[in-house]
Amino acid sequence: MHIEIDEISKSFGVTAALHPVSLSLPSGALVALLGPSGSGKTTLLRIIGGLEFPTSGRVLFDGQDATGLTVQERRAGFVFQSYALFRHMTVFDNIAYGLNARPRANRPPKAEIARRVSKLLELIQLPDIGARYPSQLSGGQRQRVALARALAIEPRMLLLDEPFGALDAKVRKELRQGLRDIHDTTGLTTVFVTHDQDEAMELADLVVVMSMGRIEQIGKPQDIRARPATPFVREFISA
Amino acid sequence: MSDATPNTLRFRVATEESPATRWALIGVAFAGLAILVFAPLVAVFVEALADGVAASVRSLASPDAADAIRLTLTIAAISVPLNALFGIAAAWFITKFDFRGKAFLITLIDLPFSVSPVVAGLCIVLMFGTNSFVGGWLVANGYPIVFAMPGIILATMFVTFPFVARELIPVMIEQGRAEEEAALTLGASGWRTFWTVTIPNIRWALLYGVLLCNARAMGEFGAVAVVSGKIRGQTATMPTTIEMLYQEYLSVAAFSLAAVLALLALVTLLLKTALEIRHADQLAATHRH
Repeated sequence: MHIEIDEISKSFGVTAALHPVSLSLPSGALVALLGPSGSGKTTLLRIIGGLEFPTSGRVLFDGQDATGLTVQERRAGFVFQSYALFRHMTVFDNIAYGLNARPRANRPPKAEIARRVSKLLELIQLPDIGARYPSQLSGGQRQRVALARALAIEPRMLLLDEPFGALDAKVRKELRQGLRDIHDTTGLTTVFVTHDQDEAMELADLVVVMSMGRIEQIGKPQDIRARPATPFVREFISA
Repeated sequence: MSDATPNTLRFRVATEESPATRWALIGVAFAGLAILVFAPLVAVFVEALADGVAASVRSLASPDAADAIRLTLTIAAISVPLNALFGIAAAWFITKFDFRGKAFLITLIDLPFSVSPVVAGLCIVLMFGTNSFVGGWLVANGYPIVFAMPGIILATMFVTFPFVARELIPVMIEQGRAEEEAALTLGASGWRTFWTVTIPNIRWALLYGVLLCNARAMGEFGAVAVVSGKIRGQTATMPTTIEMLYQEYLSVAAFSLAAVLALLALVTLLLKTALEIRHADQLAATHRH
């Protein structure tokens, strides 16, 4: 799905988290929102997902105004920074949550839900962990379960907030490839937030560099590397 | 091969005390518990049974005692669920939203802990007594608050208000909003999120808060003594009846009723422990994260 950010601004009280920013994310792209903490990247992601509402501006999905859509109506698969798995539910129930939450009329039958959950567990290459609790999983496994849970609702887009932030270097490398593969199989427009320029450059088709609530540069990784638009970008990507 | 002898005796973990200190500390803790908690509890039961079981049971079967037990259970049954509801609402509001005056609200919730129950009782008398505007009107219309059940419930609820909220607030702050947000992005309504994510995550704290609230609601003396007027058979609760019986030197009756009150508290405590043992695995899964 094509996502269009049209002059979105956001302020919390007197502090401006986002100055009006505009951005066009082509359908099926894998996009990185890159910037230091406080750059407004997570706020922008949450606005796309419907967890925050902009102070001004519009969000368009496939050309349709989606600004007023509730978080439930957006159908965005959201992966949270610390994964936010439901700690009192098994992995199976976590992944099935979105399907069980559907209104009775279009809720799949139990057997169908079970089938879909096991398919998702295969997709994340953890077929045997359905009966475990989140506390019994490693960080990397939790991240993949969070991804499967987000995919279970057949989302229209995938939004990830620092998906690799809490993992050690080796696992991080593996999971990067995992995300790339899942993106390529599903073809979903995917936006992830990161402060790690290596991660953004290696993984994304399109990188959006942000600082202090403004977009500094939008471009393909190699273009940003070759021609940084501002002194900030030059300094940030060389760090 | 003398190198192989373990030298665990000489080196111990930095946070570990020497055996002597450990036993001394454990001994002090046990002695304290025995003197302050266990001995008085035993004394209550001994005094209650001083004239034999039959006498004790007879005193409990007297109309005044039976009425007091019934009234106390009714008060707890009404005020505890209401306070659980208010406690959840307050904790939810404080932890999930940012607003001006939050610190003030938290202080306000703590107020019943710092105000003497007698003062609380007097406040209710002043507000709803026959001499006040509101109280006069209510009495004229047949709804007396003071010296009646509504006043006792109000006093009990005032005194026990903080228990549930105080248990929930730290737990809910620690858990943050992420899981609720995740449920919303997965398409769950606010109501469904509350029942399937929020409540299961706070259920142990909630249970603990409710049990403490219940114990205090049944045992409250000061505030209830002021507002109830201690009318036997009508507004005398278990604690106030115990006091009256004791003042009249009816020690078997007083201590028998006291033993029942203590037993009610012990039952709630046992209930909590049993639940904890039964759900130990879940409890561990929820806390270790």
